[in-house]
Amino acid sequence: MEYFDIFVIPFTIGVIFLFSILIGKFVYWFIQIPRRDKRLIGKNFFTVKTLKSIWECITECLLHVRIFKTNPRLGFMHMSIAFGWFMMILVGKFQSTAATGMWIEPPHVAIFLKYFVPTESYRFAHLFAAVMDFFLLLVLTGIILAAVKRFRPQAAGMKRPTKHTTFDKVALISLWAIFPLRLLAESFTSGTYDSGSFLTGSLGRLFELFLPVESLYYPAFWGYSIALGIFFCAMPFSRYMHIFGEIGLIFLRNWGLKTENKVEGFANFELHSCSRCGMCIDVCQLSTAAKINDVQSVYFLRDERYNTLSRRVANNCLMCGRCEEVCPVLIKSNRHRLLMRKSPFGTVTPDFSYLQRNEISISSGDVAYFAGCMTHLTSSIKMSMLRIFEKADVHYTFIDEEKGACCGRPIMLSGALNAADDMIAFNKKLIKESGAKLLVTSCPICYKFFNENYKLDIPVMHHTEYINFLVKERKIKLQKTAEKYVYHDPCELGRLSGIYEQPRTVLQKTGILVSVPEEKEDALCCGGSLANTEINYAERGNIVRDVICTLSADEPDCLVTACPLCKKTFNKERIIDVKDIAEVVASQM
Amino acid sequence: MTENNLFGYKISKPRSISMDSADLSLAHEILDKIPTFRLCISCGGCTSACTAGNFTDFNIRRVNLMLRRGQLETLSKELKDCMFCGKCYLACPHGVNTRNVILMMKELLYEWEQNIDRRTEKL
Repeated sequence: MEYFDIFVIPFTIGVIFLFSILIGKFVYWFIQIPRRDKRLIGKNFFTVKTLKSIWECITECLLHVRIFKTNPRLGFMHMSIAFGWFMMILVGKFQSTAATGMWIEPPHVAIFLKYFVPTESYRFAHLFAAVMDFFLLLVLTGIILAAVKRFRPQAAGMKRPTKHTTFDKVALISLWAIFPLRLLAESFTSGTYDSGSFLTGSLGRLFELFLPVESLYYPAFWGYSIALGIFFCAMPFSRYMHIFGEIGLIFLRNWGLKTENKVEGFANFELHSCSRCGMCIDVCQLSTAAKINDVQSVYFLRDERYNTLSRRVANNCLMCGRCEEVCPVLIKSNRHRLLMRKSPFGTVTPDFSYLQRNEISISSGDVAYFAGCMTHLTSSIKMSMLRIFEKADVHYTFIDEEKGACCGRPIMLSGALNAADDMIAFNKKLIKESGAKLLVTSCPICYKFFNENYKLDIPVMHHTEYINFLVKERKIKLQKTAEKYVYHDPCELGRLSGIYEQPRTVLQKTGILVSVPEEKEDALCCGGSLANTEINYAERGNIVRDVICTLSADEPDCLVTACPLCKKTFNKERIIDVKDIAEVVASQM
Repeated sequence: MTENNLFGYKISKPRSISMDSADLSLAHEILDKIPTFRLCISCGGCTSACTAGNFTDFNIRRVNLMLRRGQLETLSKELKDCMFCGKCYLACPHGVNTRNVILMMKELLYEWEQNIDRRTEKL
């Protein structure tokens, strides 16, 4: 047989194994996708969304533009390995066609072409050799960076590398071995036949001086083939599954799919697309401030994928969304976290039918005010809001003044996805009875839940938006003072609801607003999040103090926030004066 | 039911809890897993702040007492009322992770009830 040697067998076994597993998994996940989503795919297939996905595959799977934006050194590392390897496969294919004259041939011919056609005896051979050497050099640079990063993460601009599973380690070591072995194999061959380009050729001539290259190149090709075989066999079970998973994810996401109520179909693509790059570790405050280093999204998704998830890991998360913000693959890990919080054994089902038995009369008003549980604990915010309503001469009604039910988001965050239905019905009825045309909430947690889960037919505003609206309408006038503020974006209002500008517009009218690096999308979590049931008091305290110290670096007079829970959490530490935006406004109108 | 007797007093039914036969396994497990629970001084701050307590006679302090006395049959009925809003956690002067206590109680009680069911089925 032409172009065959026994050493290609490990590689061939690896390729066959990899692709059978891969096709099996993809088909299985695709079958799991619900019919409604399949129709969505059919609808969006012949649209510009598909072209957009192809472009995203190039910019993200190969060039890793998003990682470049946050961390150029890390971006270069990922780009050099992914793009370099892809180009080696692509150019290698054309090279082998030029050398053998065949378009269709077994994959090993292109991969081990140097062994079968050791000299540059075909068209454009020298150009091909130079290009292949260039991309090999690119990949090797990436591998060296990766190795340095593993032992000295600071060199790649990271705080700590990801801890890996056994499969990951096997895959990692074989991946690191593939390219140096290819370099050696090709250099020895070049040395023997006096061929090769600037990298393999020069190295070959150098090795020739002191090594028996003609008897070394054959074992080197064996090593190269075995390394490839091991890598391909470990790949579907390791983090390197992301190489293929991400392609599927990009297409499905652009066609409009998302993780709904079950971990199947699309969720599986998401789960297998996590490359465990570890970018979520560095932004997680549980890691930086509370020294909890095994619950971050990367570990959570890993445990979820391998079915080793513990209650502690699932519950120990603030759900602040900082990790989703930096994730280069855009995995919505919070959704997974919610789905996995259901107890594997079951739990006592809550029963809120008592809410229906309570007859509460509600007065009518144009604006319905829902303070929320947390605001009832920080009554100064509530009183300030009532003063603002009165000053602006608004005909308002207080929905939860006496007997208020929870909005339902906290219990939903604990994993009981449908437990809030009774509360939703109860609150909805009260709001409807009031005849209000607008709902104003003081708590961002309520705000998000009213907005997304209540399906009310009136608009919902958080009090930051509402105060901004009143100021714009000249219903209230603000006096500017010389007080220096730093504004803390609450997670639920900022990152999770996208409200950044309204509070800032208001605060600029009442004093001097100092900007900090940790704001808007990069804002920190106060640490008080209700989403985390696992963290203890001391760990929470560490996060809170860390946040206050970071935010008060410029020594502001006052830390302003827009969330009663953030205020309450900050106030427990008594380091700096903390006010809600409603209090600031109420004292200066 | 107790009725007022001739002199206008109620006569309560005799009530005793034998701590020797009480099932304290749940209490021990929760105390082990959530060490802050040991710090509870039964001040009742949680109960006064409770949102569910506004509508029902749900009482976290009593839940705590029931657990520590092993009165597990009534506990699960009581726990169904909790809205999980987190006010109790913020009100607690000792930083007891009350929400995790309730969450874990619900999970462990479910398991405990399943075991009871299985045992009665066998009989």
